[in-house]
Amino acid sequence: MPEPVAGPVPGSASESGSESGTGSGTGTGTGTGTSPETGTGSASGTGTGRFASGTLRGLGVGPGRTAGRVFRMAGPLPLPDPVREADPDRELGEALRALEAVSAELAARASAASDPAASAILEAQSFIAADPGLLESVQENVAAGMGAAHALDAACAGHREALLAAGGLFAERAADLDDIRNRAVAAVLGLPVPGVPDPGHPFVLVAEDLSPADTAGLDTRTVLALVTEKGGPTSHTAILARALGLPAVVACPGAMRVGEGTWAAVDGTTGEVRTGIGEEEAAGILRLAAADRLRQAASSGPGRTADGHPVELLLNIGSAADLAPGADAEGVGLFRTEFLFLDRREEPGFDEQVAAYEAVFRAFPGGKVVVRTLDAGSDKPLPFLGAAPEPNPALGVRGLRVARGRPGVLDTQLDAIAEAARVSGAQPWVMAPMVSTVAEADDFAARARARGITRVGAMIEVPAAALRADRLLERLDFLSIGTNDLSQYAFAADRQHGGLADLLDPWQPGLLALIAGCARAGLAAGKPVGVCGEAAADPLLAPVLAGLGVTSLSMSAPGLAPVRDALARRTLQRCREDARLALDADGPERAREAVAADR
Amino acid sequence: MPERTVVIASRTGLHARPAKLFVQAAAAQGMPVRIRIGAGKSVPATSMLAVMALGAGHGAEVVLEAEGPGADSALDSLAELLSRDLDAEEAPDA
Repeated sequence: MPEPVAGPVPGSASESGSESGTGSGTGTGTGTGTSPETGTGSASGTGTGRFASGTLRGLGVGPGRTAGRVFRMAGPLPLPDPVREADPDRELGEALRALEAVSAELAARASAASDPAASAILEAQSFIAADPGLLESVQENVAAGMGAAHALDAACAGHREALLAAGGLFAERAADLDDIRNRAVAAVLGLPVPGVPDPGHPFVLVAEDLSPADTAGLDTRTVLALVTEKGGPTSHTAILARALGLPAVVACPGAMRVGEGTWAAVDGTTGEVRTGIGEEEAAGILRLAAADRLRQAASSGPGRTADGHPVELLLNIGSAADLAPGADAEGVGLFRTEFLFLDRREEPGFDEQVAAYEAVFRAFPGGKVVVRTLDAGSDKPLPFLGAAPEPNPALGVRGLRVARGRPGVLDTQLDAIAEAARVSGAQPWVMAPMVSTVAEADDFAARARARGITRVGAMIEVPAAALRADRLLERLDFLSIGTNDLSQYAFAADRQHGGLADLLDPWQPGLLALIAGCARAGLAAGKPVGVCGEAAADPLLAPVLAGLGVTSLSMSAPGLAPVRDALARRTLQRCREDARLALDADGPERAREAVAADR
Repeated sequence: MPERTVVIASRTGLHARPAKLFVQAAAAQGMPVRIRIGAGKSVPATSMLAVMALGAGHGAEVVLEAEGPGADSALDSLAELLSRDLDAEEAPDA
């Protein structure tokens, strides 16, 4: 098999770049002929010579593939040279009118946006443009002698810094201020607002980062995909791309160096952006993508490999309200019960819990419903638990461990589940989160079985539990692997840490080896072992999991059709071969490439 | 000066939608209300930017302060707002 194309950008996260050793220099106009080519790729040029063919890698946050020519967001507006303004009143008036106009425009966009998430974001932005703190900063800047444009620029920069200093989610709002700054400065200078390019044909939009206003106004008929250099899995770009159904890759180093008009293939499932493909290859990818969509829309029914091996397709839900009508699932693989407990000063009562569980059981008459008991603790604090703050909450009293000090909460919940099962005639599967040892599993199973619950299991999130899956299955009826937490604990990498996203990649062979051990134990015991993390919804990884021996995949509703289709196109034997390739790889990129090449 | 100490219940902290609801409610009180974290500098509760820059995450303890007639009831209603999970109406795991 030919080596994958080298990543031409220094600092690119692509592992393939360092392997081949022939990556061409950035922006040096190196001919495309010097790069090794992938099997089907045409070596034809980019049209601009700015960027040779190469593979960039980021985080895939909107599944699906597409191809088209790249156009970048216009950069920030150049400011005029600062001069001491003679008429501060006029400058202030101009600046405040500009902010007022921006606020009004954002409000108008908010009411015009069809997507409720987009609308809410725009409304908040409109609110920020009219913020008294921002107006005050503009006033101070004008009083200090700045002109309107500079006063607006400096005011937004100051508040931007303050948000960045606050860190985390707060820092992600910095993009809001950039957008407000650009719009207001453009208004003062009488220039067009930097924004989404309009090349007059479908294109791949590349940006440093996208503001909520930009993504909300995107026309999905002309924008094929989003690729951003910055951003993370929880950024607005990611959330809105999913809401709009656009393939999207964020945190993709080098994206902004791709030349304007370059052909590129974007795979929002794998996070791969391949540049320098030819127009013909692009057309081929678009045909495949259209075929993907048609086939997925036509697929229905239980999960099966091409040769009929069953892999249950289940839903992750938080309450009965998440059961979208028409979701084609075989049941519920993860019913998170936290929603009942959040926002509460006191523990929800027995009757209230019975009603909530019964609503879900009745929605799947005779179907499978896997209930997870309360997953809370000091990392997801609930006031009534009275948990003391801990230095490492993710390593503290969370999940089943809460029952050590407060067994009554678990007992009441199990009572309510058993009662809801009785009145609805359901036979729920009930599992505990954060089980680490056989003793914990024993204790949980004893409590559940004493109440007449017949299918008792555990989440596998702790590596120690994964390593003892065979012993756990001597006591339990099933296991469900939570890949997000299992990654976090196996790789000692905080799930919220954007800089460690590569360690949390579900294709990490170390993680796959833990999953393989659990699945093997399940096969030996003849008991189900499912996966209910994000990994289950990756259409490329799903067959690998099936090949490892995983018996069910649980995900949110949009993931079902692509996964059903991916399974239906492979025999169990192919799934097993893919699993072997992935386990045998030295890193997640290699694992993905090996399996994708086998596609 | 009347004060209320309250723990932020919203899952994403005093951010985005929760911040907006809080700032709107503060603006509706008809008197200056300020907010701070611990012994930190207090900021006007009517500025969404200032409120977000506090960086008050889920579980953070904030102090609300106001003065004048009606201050107590204003503070009570704002404290009650912050003690609810204002993200709860948003899609989970978005």
